Amino acid sequence: MTALIEVENLTVQFRTDEGLVTAVDDVSFTLDKGQVMGLVGESGSGKSVTAKALMRLNARNAVYGEKSRITLHSETGPIDVLKLTSARDLKIVRGGAISMIFQEPMASFAPAITIGKQMVEQLQIHSDMSKARAKEISVEMLDRVGISDPARRFDQYAFELSGGMRQRAMIAMALSTKPKLLIADEPTTALDVTIQAQVIDLMKDLVSEFHMGIVFITHDLGVIAQTADKVSVMYLGRLIEEGPVREVIRNPKHPYTQGLIAALPKLDDLDAPLTPVAGDIPSPLERPSGCVFHTRCPQILGDICKTDLPRDRRVDPVHRVACHLHDEKTPA
Amino acid sequence: MTERPLITARDLSVGFKIGSGFFGKQILKAVDHVDLDIARGSFFGLVGESGSGKTTLGRALLKAVPITGGSARYGDEEVDYDLTTLSGAELRDYRKRAQLIFQDPYAALSPRMTVRDIIAEPLEVMGLTKTREETDARVREIAAKCRLNLEHLRRFPHAFSGGQRQRISIARALVSGPRFIVADESVAALDVSIQADVLNLLKQIQHDLRITFLFISHDLSVVAHTCDHVAVMYLGRLVESAPTRTLFAAPRHPYTKALFSAIPSLDPDDRGSAQKLQGEIPSPTNQPTGCKFHTRCPFAVDLCRKEEPALEHPGDGHEVACHRWRELLGQTAA
Ligand SMILES: Nc1ncnc2c1ncn2[C@@H]1O[C@H](COP(=O)(O)OP(=O)(O)O)[C@@H](O)[C@H]1O
Ligand SMILES: Nc1ncnc2c1ncn2[C@@H]1O[C@H](COP(=O)(O)OP(=O)(O)O)[C@@H](O)[C@H]1O
Ligand code: SF4
Ligand SMILES: [Mg+2]
Ligand SMILES: [Mg+2]
Repeated sequence: MTALIEVENLTVQFRTDEGLVTAVDDVSFTLDKGQVMGLVGESGSGKSVTAKALMRLNARNAVYGEKSRITLHSETGPIDVLKLTSARDLKIVRGGAISMIFQEPMASFAPAITIGKQMVEQLQIHSDMSKARAKEISVEMLDRVGISDPARRFDQYAFELSGGMRQRAMIAMALSTKPKLLIADEPTTALDVTIQAQVIDLMKDLVSEFHMGIVFITHDLGVIAQTADKVSVMYLGRLIEEGPVREVIRNPKHPYTQGLIAALPKLDDLDAPLTPVAGDIPSPLERPSGCVFHTRCPQILGDICKTDLPRDRRVDPVHRVACHLHDEKTPA
Repeated sequence: MTERPLITARDLSVGFKIGSGFFGKQILKAVDHVDLDIARGSFFGLVGESGSGKTTLGRALLKAVPITGGSARYGDEEVDYDLTTLSGAELRDYRKRAQLIFQDPYAALSPRMTVRDIIAEPLEVMGLTKTREETDARVREIAAKCRLNLEHLRRFPHAFSGGQRQRISIARALVSGPRFIVADESVAALDVSIQADVLNLLKQIQHDLRITFLFISHDLSVVAHTCDHVAVMYLGRLVESAPTRTLFAAPRHPYTKALFSAIPSLDPDDRGSAQKLQGEIPSPTNQPTGCKFHTRCPFAVDLCRKEEPALEHPGDGHEVACHRWRELLGQTAA
């Protein structure tokens, strides 16, 4: 396996009227070429901020940590993403090597420009192809994602399409530049299960066809189970568990991951009581000391959880967890 | 003898006038000839893709949108109302008895009111309490049921998390002492880890206060765990209705089967087994002839394109509207 993107000690804070808010705190992970990583966690846990950091799409008030490093391995060599400054260099990652799709497809489309015109423009920004060739590729891509009558859709506006078709058009646009990494931020959350199943199917086909890496953000563990190779779980800005999808879902190690899975209503056991994770997620302005989960943890060990930050431990070579319950294991 | 249902709808329709095009006004049939009985004290689930008419049906039963066809009745231990003609003092009384809990706990609460005032407002608007002391006592009693303490009551809603805000909305809906609550996507905006908490609270309320719920949701796993009866809608029509366990164990309508099959399995080794439903729900202004599902149904035959199937009552409490359901018994996927 070769690494596609390496994230080391990523910390993202935002300057706000109420002071510096920590959104992502010392997160590290590696995504290999062709690998699908699921990123789960409660709302506000820092999933979108982490994903946007990979493309440097966070708002201007974002402050990246001094030790933070994001390395994208491109065909022309490694790119130090957080060091990019000029608009031209940023284009190499934004919409070039990396594309992003969102929960709300309208966010990807300018309302007053046709879908085709936007696709062609994007292709021409990232290559020196002719307009005619760019159109040809765009229509092919629309066809590939299952949009009927693609030549006609090419000349339509996003608002003229149904919800499911819009989602497909957004995927077509994101993939037309053949990115190495696709970031999908809750792409199926607003869809009905029937349309979600279609979109998941489409994405799986495209992964094997284009062999790209995907960061798939969702709060739906079922969607993760159906799409991801590995899973990273975030809580209040920290990555608290990471491992292969089977391991994390069947054998979760962190009390938060265990609680998340226990809270899911399961169709194969309608008698099982629904068990919430007790308590509420703290405000990012009041991040707990020690383990960020200690205020809700049902297995809290004592003072160590309230004062000491748990270090990453390996429960096996590819499964790591940050929790004092696993302190005797080898450091990751 | 079985108790009379709390809600009885027959041939209930809701049409919206839309546009003013060349051919004049068009009617959008959001709810189309629906028959529905909601048993007293039940937690009745309503599912279906977005646009199928769930919200409109719920609002029609609350008299929040006009009923344009058929009939609907409400009957509890004290009153019996014809919802199609209800007005005046009786309608005001019905507003106390039937309440709505919204989907979005962020949008539903006024940011400038304290939690106490938010919960007290329905009492004051409806004139249900005479003194401030009486109002406060009632607010505290209901707040405690929703696990909100005195300290919470003094604060403003922005200081609360999504789960807490939903508990505030629930308290507000409960304060007038309703017998019937429509909960429209009430946990859809909440994180999984706290969803269960709000669901357990709703179930507790159903049990302790003997309130009947119409629980509208697009999340079938949530419905399976909370509701005792489930009805499935498609393009304004009720296509299947059964006790929850029966429905999930042996769905009869091809649409229900497809919906269940689309739920992503939590088992990473069970990938791609879902039966995929092609296409999307058609526009309600351009409805298919015959069975409205025929354009997406893997089992459609000529009859389906010509004749609309009626909701059958085979006598086992499991109702279905499909020409071919008997032939297709036991068949799960195409
Ligand atoms: N531009 C910004 N300014 C201030 N805070 C921000 C900004 N963007 C994100 N945040 C904060 O960062 C935290 C993480 O947000 P996000 O990554 O969007 O969470 P998730 O995607 O997991 O729901 C949140 O507390 C959010 O309010
Ligand atoms: N006030 C209204 N005016 C016109 N059309 C409406 C109105 N409310 C709902 N509709 C339409 O009625 C149909 C059913 O909507 P709705 O009841 O919201 O469905 P659901 O809750 O199942 O998603 C949709 O096509 C919707 O666009
Ligand atoms: S009536 Fe025909 S088209 Fe409709 S669900 Fe049954 S088999 Fe399918
Ligand atoms: Mg997000
Ligand atoms: Mg609705």
